[in-house]
Amino acid sequence: MFGTHYRIERKSLVLVVAIIIVASIGGLIEIAPLFTIDETVETDPHMRVYTPLEQAGRNIYMREGCYACHSQMIRTLQDEVERYGPYSLAVESKYDHPMLWGSKRTGPDLARVGGKYSDQWHAAHLTNPRDVVPESIMPRYSFLRATPLHTAYLADDLRALRRVGVPYTDEMIANATADAIAQASPDDDTAGLVKRYGEATQIRSFDGNNDAVTEMDALVAYLQILGKLSTAAQPTQTAAR
Amino acid sequence: MGKRNVVAGLTVNERQRAMGVLILLAIIGMAMAAAGAGRADPIETHGFIILLFSLAVMAVLLKGYFAPEPPAERLTAYYDDPIKAGIIIAMIWAVFGMAMGDWVAWLLAFPDMTFDAPWASFGRLRPIHTTGVIFGFGGSALIATSFHVVQRTSRARLPDQFSPWFVLIGYNLFCILAVSGYFIGITQSKEYAEPEWYADIWLVIVWITYLLLYLRTLARRKEPHIYVANWYYLAFIIVVAILHIVNNLAIPASLTGAKSYSLFSGVQDAMTQWWYGHNAVAFFLTAGFLGMLYYYLPKRAERPIYSYRMSIIGFWGITFFYMWVGSHHLHYTALPQWVQTLGVTFSLMLLIPSWIAAGNALMTLNGAWHRVRDDATLRFMMMAAVFYGLSTFEGSFMAIRPVNSLSHYTDWTVAHVHVGVLGWDALITFGAFYALVPWLWKRERMHSPALVEVHFWLAMAGLLIYVFAMWNSGIIQGLMWRTYNDGGTLRYSFLDTMIAMHPYYIARAIGGLLFLIGTLIACYNIWMTIRRPAIAAAPAHDRPLPLPTPQPAE
Repeated sequence: MFGTHYRIERKSLVLVVAIIIVASIGGLIEIAPLFTIDETVETDPHMRVYTPLEQAGRNIYMREGCYACHSQMIRTLQDEVERYGPYSLAVESKYDHPMLWGSKRTGPDLARVGGKYSDQWHAAHLTNPRDVVPESIMPRYSFLRATPLHTAYLADDLRALRRVGVPYTDEMIANATADAIAQASPDDDTAGLVKRYGEATQIRSFDGNNDAVTEMDALVAYLQILGKLSTAAQPTQTAAR
Repeated sequence: MGKRNVVAGLTVNERQRAMGVLILLAIIGMAMAAAGAGRADPIETHGFIILLFSLAVMAVLLKGYFAPEPPAERLTAYYDDPIKAGIIIAMIWAVFGMAMGDWVAWLLAFPDMTFDAPWASFGRLRPIHTTGVIFGFGGSALIATSFHVVQRTSRARLPDQFSPWFVLIGYNLFCILAVSGYFIGITQSKEYAEPEWYADIWLVIVWITYLLLYLRTLARRKEPHIYVANWYYLAFIIVVAILHIVNNLAIPASLTGAKSYSLFSGVQDAMTQWWYGHNAVAFFLTAGFLGMLYYYLPKRAERPIYSYRMSIIGFWGITFFYMWVGSHHLHYTALPQWVQTLGVTFSLMLLIPSWIAAGNALMTLNGAWHRVRDDATLRFMMMAAVFYGLSTFEGSFMAIRPVNSLSHYTDWTVAHVHVGVLGWDALITFGAFYALVPWLWKRERMHSPALVEVHFWLAMAGLLIYVFAMWNSGIIQGLMWRTYNDGGTLRYSFLDTMIAMHPYYIARAIGGLLFLIGTLIACYNIWMTIRRPAIAAAPAHDRPLPLPTPQPAE
């Protein structure tokens, strides 16, 4: 064994090839099957996709690095299920490119935060967390309320997401900008939006300001949908108890 | 102190190549700025940064651009200019990255201690800290020391003078794009792989040049065997390339915008990300720095490596086992259990090669322990090996599922990471730099050995305060999350557990501050060393062996 090595270490290219082979085995065995084994991700025929406004909100969530302090992955531990709700299933982040499971809970898990608080609470909390939770150590995001949402190129985002596997239709892509604005403008014509994304689509002014679609609208719309894209986790775990 | 123009040391052809690359970069920068401006996309700012960066480097280049061809004697010495530059750049990143880290540490205790501006929030500053220290400081130190080690252990000069500069400066452009991107909100949100698609592509170009440069130098070696430090540097370069390319596969929303969408989603993305994330620890923060350890520790101790066989087992064990363990970041999640089980199994097995590597380094000190006592530089390296052993033990321990159920998502992970990066990576780097600076600049010794001693104890105190604070807060928080009342309900709200962290967050920030002060002292000491007069003659043995056949002109 050591004699062989004595020869290998005299040839740099042999060393290179050996490193590539030895280092590749682990990843190939652990990652490749995740794409081929069907049980890896549960099926949910009723799973919906993010609306353009929610996806824009998700992009703001990423831009601000929220994942550094908030996880979106409830583990299969009793205290987590009691604190945050049913444990997360793989299918629930099926359309998350990238996933935002996170690795640190400086703040609480957000996998099922959708619907837990009112829009007003979220908007106030994001503006200055300490107005709502005096001991909070979260940064202020007051600028979100004043920043108009950039909606002009949302079709590009949906198109790229379709290319990586999210089932957006041509119609959804063509109407991305209009749908984003409509979702935060309850007084406008929202029939097309509902037709495309379903009756459950939450349509309202999320930041409480009807005049403009802001980044606050988008982020709150995203937070309010967290845990609600799929209902797969709810019945199975209730039945199991 | 003889002022020598570094650019004049390049051949005319190399200067022209550099100019060509810079002009191309400037054009790309302008194109990105124009494209971004058309749709109010933040890529515009990055375009301007690339443009300014290339113009600034061009200004330096022009200072010696028209100098005559350098004398042929340069080929009889090692090419050390980029190594010197790399050390200085690494120290600048160290100060920047650690200062950012300490700032965000204070923010967790006093959240309003910041500017009321988007760029100054914790979420944007935190990746600036991690990128600044891991990639800016660590990466520049690895590149610089690898150029030094590969030349000395091969007894051969770098094959050309353009590539090492391209690698060092190009890599730093990547780091600048990364860090400036987070300030203005450009990120992929993949931990330790946040830079967007165009920065990722640029890094691939730089990295392939790096690999080729390394192999070309090895091809010129006069020693029949490739020394173990080079195996580690090679593994670092090759595997980081594989990890970087796979984990960053993404589709840009538009070629004129910064945003891209990861090719993978959900559970597959999580596994790929932590396969990357943990092996960034393995091959960036471990393999590369083991290369450093395997050269500078025996050199400084003036003892040969204890065991050749332990070197072999350690190296291949680390290369093979590490790639399996990423899934221990995903215990009890939606990742299939069989992958989690593989992750634990290999995490435990990984302890064997890790301790073999650490043990091999410590045994090397047998017969030189009096030097460890007297020489703070060697003590830096010794403690680095000790902390390497400790953090790999802790890592294997935390990978065990029941332990992980407590430690995951808490500050215990943060403690573990910092045992590794402060105790292992930073200490070995400082030790290597303290040894290297007098050798490279041909100074008799460091300006002040006493300040090296002061730095050692500041680093040790800061590190221990930091780590104990985070161990405490992590374990306390983990336990509080799972504490039940007699009635069977959860005892503490999330907020209760957060308030309990406050004193530890202050202690942590103080520990970090001590570590940062030590780094500032190191900068001062290195700077004053460079300003000292050079010794009369370089040691005669510190030269590449002449090639058997006459060299064609470079």
